[in-house]
Amino acid sequence: MARKLPRKDVVIVGLGWTGSILAHELTDAGLDVVAIERGPWRDTATDFNVAYAPDELRYAVRKDLFLQPAQEAMTMRNNVTQTALPMRDYGSFLPGTGVGGAGTHWNGHTWRFFPSDFTLKTHLTERYGADRLSELQIQDWGVSYDELESAFDRFEYLAGISGKAGNLNGTIQPGGNPFEGPRKREYPLPAMQMTYAPTLFAEAARSRGLHPFPTPSANLSKAYVNPLGIAMGQCTACGFCERFGCANYSKSSAHTTVLPVLMRKSNFEARTECEVLKINLAPDGKTATGVTYIDVNGETFEQPADIVLLNAYGLHNVRLMLLSGIGKPYDPATGEGVVGRNYCYQTNASAQVFFEGKSMNPFIAAGALGQTVDDYNGDAFDHGALNFVGGAGINCIPTNGRPIQYRPVPPGTPRWGSAWKKATRQYYNNTLTFSSQGSSYATRGNYLDLDPTYKDRFGRPLLRVTFDFPDNDIRMSNWVSDRMQEIATALGGKQAVVGKQQKGWNSVPYQSTHNTGGAIMGTDPRTSAVNRHLQSWDVPNVFAIGASAFPQNAGKNPTGPVGALAFWAADSIRNHYLKNPGKLVEA
Amino acid sequence: MKKAALLAGLAAATLFGAKVLASDLFDRINAGRYQAILADCAACHTKPGGKPFAGGAPLQTPFGALVPSNITPDLETGIGSWTYADFRSAVKTGVGKDGKRLYPAMPYPAYATMKDSDVADLWAYFQKVEPVSNRVVSNQLPFPFNIRATMIGWNLLNFSPKEFEADPNKSAAWNRGAYLVNGAGHCGTCHTPKSLTGADKGDEFLRGGNLQSWFAPNITSDPHKGIGSWATDDIVAYLKTGANRFDIASGPMAEAISHSTRLWDDADLTAVATYLKDVKGDGAPAPTPVVATDAAMTAGKAIYLDRCSACHISSGVGQPSLFPTLAKTPTVNGTDPTSLIRVVLEGSQAASTAAKPTTPAMPSFGWNLSDADVANVLTYVRNSWGNAAPPVTAGQVKDLRAALTR
Repeated sequence: MARKLPRKDVVIVGLGWTGSILAHELTDAGLDVVAIERGPWRDTATDFNVAYAPDELRYAVRKDLFLQPAQEAMTMRNNVTQTALPMRDYGSFLPGTGVGGAGTHWNGHTWRFFPSDFTLKTHLTERYGADRLSELQIQDWGVSYDELESAFDRFEYLAGISGKAGNLNGTIQPGGNPFEGPRKREYPLPAMQMTYAPTLFAEAARSRGLHPFPTPSANLSKAYVNPLGIAMGQCTACGFCERFGCANYSKSSAHTTVLPVLMRKSNFEARTECEVLKINLAPDGKTATGVTYIDVNGETFEQPADIVLLNAYGLHNVRLMLLSGIGKPYDPATGEGVVGRNYCYQTNASAQVFFEGKSMNPFIAAGALGQTVDDYNGDAFDHGALNFVGGAGINCIPTNGRPIQYRPVPPGTPRWGSAWKKATRQYYNNTLTFSSQGSSYATRGNYLDLDPTYKDRFGRPLLRVTFDFPDNDIRMSNWVSDRMQEIATALGGKQAVVGKQQKGWNSVPYQSTHNTGGAIMGTDPRTSAVNRHLQSWDVPNVFAIGASAFPQNAGKNPTGPVGALAFWAADSIRNHYLKNPGKLVEA
Repeated sequence: MKKAALLAGLAAATLFGAKVLASDLFDRINAGRYQAILADCAACHTKPGGKPFAGGAPLQTPFGALVPSNITPDLETGIGSWTYADFRSAVKTGVGKDGKRLYPAMPYPAYATMKDSDVADLWAYFQKVEPVSNRVVSNQLPFPFNIRATMIGWNLLNFSPKEFEADPNKSAAWNRGAYLVNGAGHCGTCHTPKSLTGADKGDEFLRGGNLQSWFAPNITSDPHKGIGSWATDDIVAYLKTGANRFDIASGPMAEAISHSTRLWDDADLTAVATYLKDVKGDGAPAPTPVVATDAAMTAGKAIYLDRCSACHISSGVGQPSLFPTLAKTPTVNGTDPTSLIRVVLEGSQAASTAAKPTTPAMPSFGWNLSDADVANVLTYVRNSWGNAAPPVTAGQVKDLRAALTR
C-alpha cells in the first residue's frame, strides 16, 4: 500500500536537462515542485572527481554512469515478424540515469535543426511531391523554427555554447554554418580553438567546394557565467567527455548550469533513487492525480500533484505513458494510435584516413571540438534527381585518444599480438576519423510498445523497440558515404576506408544514443501523442518533454532542440496553462 | 545605510527602565536579529540541521570539547529564566547566570567591546526566538580544564573588558569597521594567533591563527601574507558573495559567509574593509622563495602540472568565480600551511550565496597523494608565480592527516 504524501503543485519525473530547466522555470513562477529521479544524486567534485574522472575502464568500458539493464532493460527486434528479445547489455545506445541524466555524459554537440525540419512534411511535399514520401510517415512538428528561436537562444546562453553563427537575422556570416536558420544573436562564446585533424578535414572539404564550420560545442571555449549566475570554466581539451562526467566544470550539463541555483530554492525538492512506477489517473482517465514511486528501500509512495511532467529519457517517457494508459497505443497493423508512433534513430557511417608522418595528437580533444559540413544535411541540397529524402551532417570531431578504446588500425591488421601493437604504434598519431550522422525518418513499421513477455524487477512489461533502418535512409546514407569518399580522397593519406550503413539494425555495437519519437508532438490528436505545447491530448495536466516529441529525427544531435523544447514547454505552462488549466489546443 | 541609521538612533535611546512601546519593541527585535547575524551566534549555537540556537555541535579546542549551549528562551534548558543582567554579563564578561564561568570559546573577550544598546537589542531578539527544550552538557573538558573557576585566573591574565571607544582621528566608516571587527564580528577569534592559554596575542592582531585544523589567514594589510593587495571592493565582494577576483572562501570562512557576512549591510562591509585596510602587518619583508631547482620544487611542479593545472592553470591564475588563483594570495603565502594541506587532503567546497551560486568544489587528493607528494606540490605552489613561503614538510602533512582522521 503506497503511503500518500502531501500534494505538490508539480511532480517532475527525471532530473536531467529538461527536468532541471522545467523545475527552475516553474519554481520561478512560484510553484512548489518535486523532482523524482530514479538514479543517484551526483555532483562534480564528488562523482566526477578530477583525480579519478578520467578512468576509461570504469566509465567508458564498464559504463559506470549509465542505466544498467538489471534496473531496466528493453527488448528489440527488426520487424513485426520477429520475436523481440531483451538486450542483456546496453550497446547500440546508452541511456543515462541519475541526476543530470544523459546530459551528464554527452559530448556536447548543440544544434538547432533547420527551419525546414520543423515543417518537414509540408516542405518536402511542396518541393518534391507527395509520392516521394510514400514509404515514410513524416510529419510536421506543429511548432516552427521561428517560434522556437528564442527558446534555442535561451538554452544556448544557459549552457554557454561555443560556436560561430552562420546566419544572423538572415545575413550569412563567414565562418559559420550557411545552411542554418536565422539566429537573433551570436553564440554566447566564440568557437573552440581547432585541433589538427579537424583543421585538415576543413581544408579538404573547402577544396571540394563545401562549407565547413566549427561544430557548436557545450565544451566551453572560455570561462563563462550564465544568466543564472553560475560560473563555468574553460575546457582543457582532456578528451574525457562522452561517457564521463566533466571534472572541470567546463561541459554544460544540469550540474554546471542549473542545479546550483535550483537546489537553493525552498520550493524545490529532489528525491533521488526513487523510481516512478506509473502516473495515476482519476477514474475518468482524463486527469492525472500524481505519481506512484518506489524508493531505494522498496517502500512505495503516492505523490499527488496538479501537474505531472515527464522529463525522463525519451524512451522512458513513452514507456511510462504506455504503462499508465495515457494516450492510445500505436498499432502498426492499422497505423492508428499515437503512443509509440514514429520511433526514429540516427543513420550513421564513418570514414578513416590513414596517414604517415603526421602528429594528430588525438588525446588533445573534447566531445564537440571539431568541424562539420552541412552541405548534404536535411534539405540543404536539391534532392530532385535523387531517390531519397533527408541527409547527414559530416563531422570530423575526434573526441578522444583514450588508451583502451582508441586503437585505430587499417583493415586487415590482426586483432592482437605483435603486428597489432606495431600497427597501433604506427597509426595512433596518424589516423583521421570523420563520420556522417544522418537523418532517421519515420515509417509505419518502426515503433515502440510494451513487450508481451519480458518484465522488469517490479513486474512491469519492458519497452519493446521494433526498428530497422528504412530503405530511404539507407539510400541517403550510402549516397552521403560517396560524398565522404570524395573528401577522404581530397585529404590524401595512404589509405581511406569509408563505411556504408546496411539494413539490419543490431543493438550490440554502439551507434548513437539519439532515440527519438514515440510521444510525438503535432497538430492532430490522431497522429500525435502531445500537442504543440508538449501537452498530452488525452490527459491535459501531463506534459511529455524530450526527444520523445520529435516526429522524426534530423541529421544532427538532438540535445539542442530538446533544450529548446524544455523552454518552449515551460513558457506554455507559465504563460498559458497556469492561467487557464486545461487543454491548450482544442482537438 | 538604513540599518546603520537605525542602529545609531537606537544607541542614543534610553532602553531600560523606561516603558517600551510595541513599535519600539519591533524595531529592537529587528535590530537584535541583525546583531545576532553580525555576531554569527548561529555558527556555534545552532547544530547543522538543528533548531535555531538550541545548542550546537561540539567545538574541538586544544583543551578538549565544548558544546555550545541552548540559548533559546526555554525555561528549563535554555536561557528562559535569565534576566537581561544575566545575559549582558554572559555576553560581555563571560560570567553567566548564578556566577557560572563561561569558557572563552564563547568570544566574550570580543563581545565585551559591544555597546550595551546592541547587547540589549540582542536580548530583545533572543527572548522572542522559538523556545526549544534541549539539554546541553556544555563542559566536556578533561581535568583540570573542566573546573570553570579556572577561568577566573584566565580572565585575570587575559581579559580586560572595555567597551569600544571611537578614535576621533579616524573616519566614521573606519570606526564602525573597527567596532564590528573587534566586537560582534569577532574576527580575531580565528584570525589572531593564540597564546598557550588560548588568549589572543594582542600584538599580532589578525595576523593569522590556527584552530580546529584550519589556518585562518593573515587579514592585515600585509602585502605578501595579508590582504594588502585587495581593494576595498574586493574585501566587500568576498564577504558578501564568498568570492572575489582572487579567492573563493572555503572551510569555516565559507560557513561564516553563508551564515553571517553575506547578510551584513553593504555599508557595514565597506566599513570592515576600510578598517582592515588600515590594520598593520608585521612589516617583515617577503621571504626569498625556495629555488626552482630544489628537489621538492621539481617534484612538486610535476605533480602540479598533472593534478592541479587543469583547474588552477599552469600559471596559478585559476579561473574567475570557479577555481581560486594561487598566485600571490594570503592563504598560499601564509606562514602556516595548515589550510592548504587540509584542502588538498580533504577537498573543499565554496560557499553558496545568491550572488555566487556555483559552489565549485575541490576534490580530495588524500587518497592518492602521499605525504611527500602533498608537501612537494604545496612547496611548489608556495614558491612559484611570485609566491614565497616556507616549504611544507611531509611531517606536517602526516600530522594533519592523523589529526583529521582521528
